[in-house]
Amino acid sequence: MGKIVAGIGSSHVPSIGRAYDQKKQADPAWQPLFDGYEPVKRWLAEEVKADVVILVYNDHGTEFFLDCYPTFALGVADSYAVADEGYGKRPLPDFPGDAAFSEHLANHLVADEFDLTLCQEMALDHGFLTAMPLLWDHDDTAWPVKVVPLLVNVIQHPLPTGQRCYKLGEAIRRAVEAYPEDTRVAVVGTGGLSHQLNGERFGHINEEWDKQWLQRIQDAPRELAALSHKEVMTAAGAEGGEVIMWFVMRGAMTERVEEVHRFYYAPMTTGIGLLALNNSD
Amino acid sequence: MPDTQERWGIPGTYVFDLALSRQGYAINKMCNSLKFDENREAFKADEEAYMERYGLSEEQKQAIRERDWLRLTQLGGNLFFFLKLGATLGYGLYTIGAQMRGESYEQFMSTRNVPGAT
Repeated sequence: MGKIVAGIGSSHVPSIGRAYDQKKQADPAWQPLFDGYEPVKRWLAEEVKADVVILVYNDHGTEFFLDCYPTFALGVADSYAVADEGYGKRPLPDFPGDAAFSEHLANHLVADEFDLTLCQEMALDHGFLTAMPLLWDHDDTAWPVKVVPLLVNVIQHPLPTGQRCYKLGEAIRRAVEAYPEDTRVAVVGTGGLSHQLNGERFGHINEEWDKQWLQRIQDAPRELAALSHKEVMTAAGAEGGEVIMWFVMRGAMTERVEEVHRFYYAPMTTGIGLLALNNSD
Repeated sequence: MPDTQERWGIPGTYVFDLALSRQGYAINKMCNSLKFDENREAFKADEEAYMERYGLSEEQKQAIRERDWLRLTQLGGNLFFFLKLGATLGYGLYTIGAQMRGESYEQFMSTRNVPGAT
């Protein structure tokens, strides 16, 4: 039987990817960030040992543009390419998929009334790429886990509600537990925390909100998921509204969770949050 | 700017909803094309012809001529896409952001916790 063995929330700020590629791990401005991810990377490698990671992200005009932007889209391929967003392709290996597991998820989730767009090709941009090398070691050619990309529209309103994302997470849990193979699954929700990249309020961050978020998503996730987009964006910035992707992860975990690690750093224009959770029921 | 922005009512903030997205579609489609090197070269060689090809309105063209990022946002431009225009023209995220705030780059950077983390 499939089992969800870890839940991770992580920001996906593109400057982290640049710092990683430029090997700024010891740069004083970046070291706190890389050090902050290290315990989670170790936990995932030494204890969690996931076979597959379902990573929840959004695309920024790379695979999907506004001509046709799905609300939810699931990768069902055996491999996924690293995309060039126009700033140069990052030196990361392409990702192995698990088409059989994806197919099971697709069948189960659609039967459970989540009508997903299914993708046999999906080039992955920073929404997907940023967190991966901070959480799993890779070499020049390979990753130690297979991936299933799950896209959520968080760029063009109407966005799905936080509650819908939470329910999708619950459905993912049911689907994983119905999988006949003994597959260990990690779920990663990316995005956030507070940031705003447009208008006179560009650069808005809300550290107080972010720190409460990292606690409340553990203790009171349904309450958080019931907030309107306007309430979330007012507090966390227009682009901070993307934190709803964390609800997919949280919904896939048990009612009560145990915190393994938490990290927060707000150096520039985004409150960068990392949360690693274990099921406790 | 579409009236629908009023329903959001978040000061200094432009929520990229369908109304704003429809208004800015030509801008964003053009900007997203600049992820390819040959298109960046074509844009730099003849900005006017490139904008014409994507059917931008006169107002939208003027905002791009003036490198007025706030105006471009109000006309439906989305930073995720027009950052590719910025990269083509030599404007980075923080330069664009400072301008939208009505600040110099240095003023904006002085408001950040760790300005070295760029």
